[in-house]
Amino acid sequence: MDRSTTTDVRRIVTDRKGLDTLVAALGAEYDAVIGPRVSGGAVTYDPIASTADLPVGMVDEQEGGHYRLHDGAGDALFAYTVGPQSWKKYLYPPRQTLWRGTRHGGGFAVEAPPAPTERLVFFGVRPCELAAIAIQDKVFGAAAHDGRAKGEQQYTDTGYAARRAASFIVAVNCGRASATCFCASMDTGPRARSGYDLAITEIPPEPAPELTRDAGFTYLVESGSERGEALLDRLGGRPAADGDIQAAESVSQATRASMKREMVPDAAPLLARNLDHPRWDEVAERCLSCANCTMVCPTCFCSTVEDTTDLTGDHVERWRRWDSCFTLDFSYIHGGSIRRDTRSRYRQWMTHKLSSWEEQFGTSGCTGCGRCITWCPVGIDITEEARAIHESERRANEGSA
Amino acid sequence: MDGALPSLRPAATDPMVPRTFRIIRRVREVDGCFTLHLHAEDGRPFAYKPGQFNMLYVFGVGEVAISISGDCRDLNKLVHTVREVGTVTKAMARLKPGDVIGVRGPFGNPWPIEEAYGNDILFVTGTIGLAPLRPLIYEVLNRRGHFGKVVLCYGSRGMNDILYEKLLHQWRGRFDMQVHVTVHTGPAGYRGRVGSVANLIKIARFDPESTIAYVCRSETMTRPAVQTLHDRGVTSDRIYVTLERNMKCGVGFCGHCQMGGSFMCKDGPVYRYDTIESIFSVREL
Amino acid sequence: MVAIEGLGRLLAEHPFFHDMQPDIREIVVGCCANAHYRPGEYMFKEGSKADHFFLIRQGSVAVEVHAPGREGVVVETIGEGDIIGWSWLVPPYVWTFDARANEQVRAVTIDGACLRRKIADNHELGYEMYKRFIPIMGRRIAEARLRIVELATEPSE
Repeated sequence: MDRSTTTDVRRIVTDRKGLDTLVAALGAEYDAVIGPRVSGGAVTYDPIASTADLPVGMVDEQEGGHYRLHDGAGDALFAYTVGPQSWKKYLYPPRQTLWRGTRHGGGFAVEAPPAPTERLVFFGVRPCELAAIAIQDKVFGAAAHDGRAKGEQQYTDTGYAARRAASFIVAVNCGRASATCFCASMDTGPRARSGYDLAITEIPPEPAPELTRDAGFTYLVESGSERGEALLDRLGGRPAADGDIQAAESVSQATRASMKREMVPDAAPLLARNLDHPRWDEVAERCLSCANCTMVCPTCFCSTVEDTTDLTGDHVERWRRWDSCFTLDFSYIHGGSIRRDTRSRYRQWMTHKLSSWEEQFGTSGCTGCGRCITWCPVGIDITEEARAIHESERRANEGSA
Repeated sequence: MDGALPSLRPAATDPMVPRTFRIIRRVREVDGCFTLHLHAEDGRPFAYKPGQFNMLYVFGVGEVAISISGDCRDLNKLVHTVREVGTVTKAMARLKPGDVIGVRGPFGNPWPIEEAYGNDILFVTGTIGLAPLRPLIYEVLNRRGHFGKVVLCYGSRGMNDILYEKLLHQWRGRFDMQVHVTVHTGPAGYRGRVGSVANLIKIARFDPESTIAYVCRSETMTRPAVQTLHDRGVTSDRIYVTLERNMKCGVGFCGHCQMGGSFMCKDGPVYRYDTIESIFSVREL
Repeated sequence: MVAIEGLGRLLAEHPFFHDMQPDIREIVVGCCANAHYRPGEYMFKEGSKADHFFLIRQGSVAVEVHAPGREGVVVETIGEGDIIGWSWLVPPYVWTFDARANEQVRAVTIDGACLRRKIADNHELGYEMYKRFIPIMGRRIAEARLRIVELATEPSE
């Protein structure tokens, strides 16, 4: 699926009608095209039939604990960034049946559910989201990694792997960054490099730096795989010239330059050597342990299992559903929880995301999407917390120098 | 008997879906514990290594992680010693021979055995900790010629709480094994040893510089056991411990069993102590 | 004379007295004697005067606490090479538990009452004794605490 060498990439320039053709063509071949829509005042990922279903002209305003969507981008199709949902909603559904059991005779029979067969298109996947999908591929054993438990010890979630193989990805390179974005410092964006079948860059009409009404947006569409390439001919449009490619690059560069936040370098070893830093106590005072961050985070994967029985008690279903390390009984073992305090639970989440994830899977668990900052009710900022620890270390070193 | 364990691999199945096993025997043990002997309903063998655990499922109630405590060379009988502590184990305690249990596994990092060849072997455990160690002790005795001294240090609350007491007497009867037992209290007049298991480590006869120690105790009591081993000159890279965390999936997907960067269901529950020494001291990790 | 020379050598080799200054050690040796207890015999009982401490040379000793109206409890066994007894150093100088020989026990008894009198005049001697006893007591307390934790947390719930 990865065609990152420039010689193999095909690029065309098309318009909105071309994108409608794309959505229709994909919709005919796959079970559904999932894309961004406006729902409940936010951008969510739901089935779309054409570009008219997209958040046309919408711009999002994000800050710590703050999210607003409003009009203002004219005919732009992709002027917003990411909302509270991520593609794990589809690849790693919030509730899955693990197996069903039926009592019979003196025992019971176990039946595994059939493999998932739905084939979906993910339309509008941002570079940080591509990175998140690649990260979850490693967690669920759908892709190799060089973390700690590789080889035999890494199991494969066959359901995830099946859904992943059956999906077609159309990426969108971001035309602007929200205030909470920091993908540039995590090296996951703002331009997609691989992991997609097609990638779209929305190019504003010359010479407009602002988005105005009646502007004619054009779309550079590049292939990332054979099956992506096969679709390009059907979209109308013309082959991309160097000027178009440059324009698309400029869009990404402008997005990168506008990014306001960044993660401090070497966050993984920084946090590993500061497990008892007083900053954890400080953030614990603010953290509500509400688990929003884990729900919106595109890489968080913790789950729990639960049984449901019917009234006769003869039929049981065992479900797997999303869970959060912020719940008190997440770490419960007979008698009590290992992490009793909000302090230790917040530390667990953040050090796992930025530090121990690397030991486990060979990459950071964070893609810099900023959702955890936006959707935290009290605006706790993971980049600020890491910086605070980084700065205090630097001051301590200077003091002793 | 000697040589490596049979290398039979279980047929590839989804590790999240259980196999059904029938209880063929139930033994009451001390201290609120019981042992179940299980046979696979599909008749296929169950291969595992000492130190591994299964996720045992009670119909309609739930699953719990339990160490395997039988002889791993017997591929047709699966043995688990369980203590009644929560909902699932209490429901399991009410099951009888003929009832069926779901089994997923084996999971986890086993006790290393070949790595210990040529050394004295020291087992340190207490109360129910003998259950996860039993398969290892069986296997070490199966390969007795590869080791120097073999020592078991075991402690329980009182005389009536000693797990597998008959087996301990059998082992004590061997000329090639030291068995030291202590209790926390005895009735006045009791002539046996009273005190902590750590004291047994002090008096056991082994060569600290060429000993491999296997410690199976609660996390709280693992620390003092390791400290006593250190005091006797056994270094951290010669000590193996087994730890416990909330297990839900057993395959590293649910995230519950994490300790620092380790998924205890995959990287543990057996750890060489030097590999976790630094995080062991961080509270509530 | 021969017996005391033998004891002197014994004490010099024992870790507890090992690095004591020889002249101080001589004083202690002067207060030593050999003792022997039969299995089941009580070495001392709670409430009696604590005028000795013991170095166990062979055998094990059960530390018992008597519980009126019910069976007493053995809380600890002390074995070869260990020291029993610091009540001779702590007013009101009475034993706080019973000590019973589990088997044939050979011990060296050291006359604490005699040492107390000598310590009053010889603070150097006092320093050497306290310096050695306090770590023993510290270790016993730490171990007792751990056993409390173990009893309280296992089995859990």
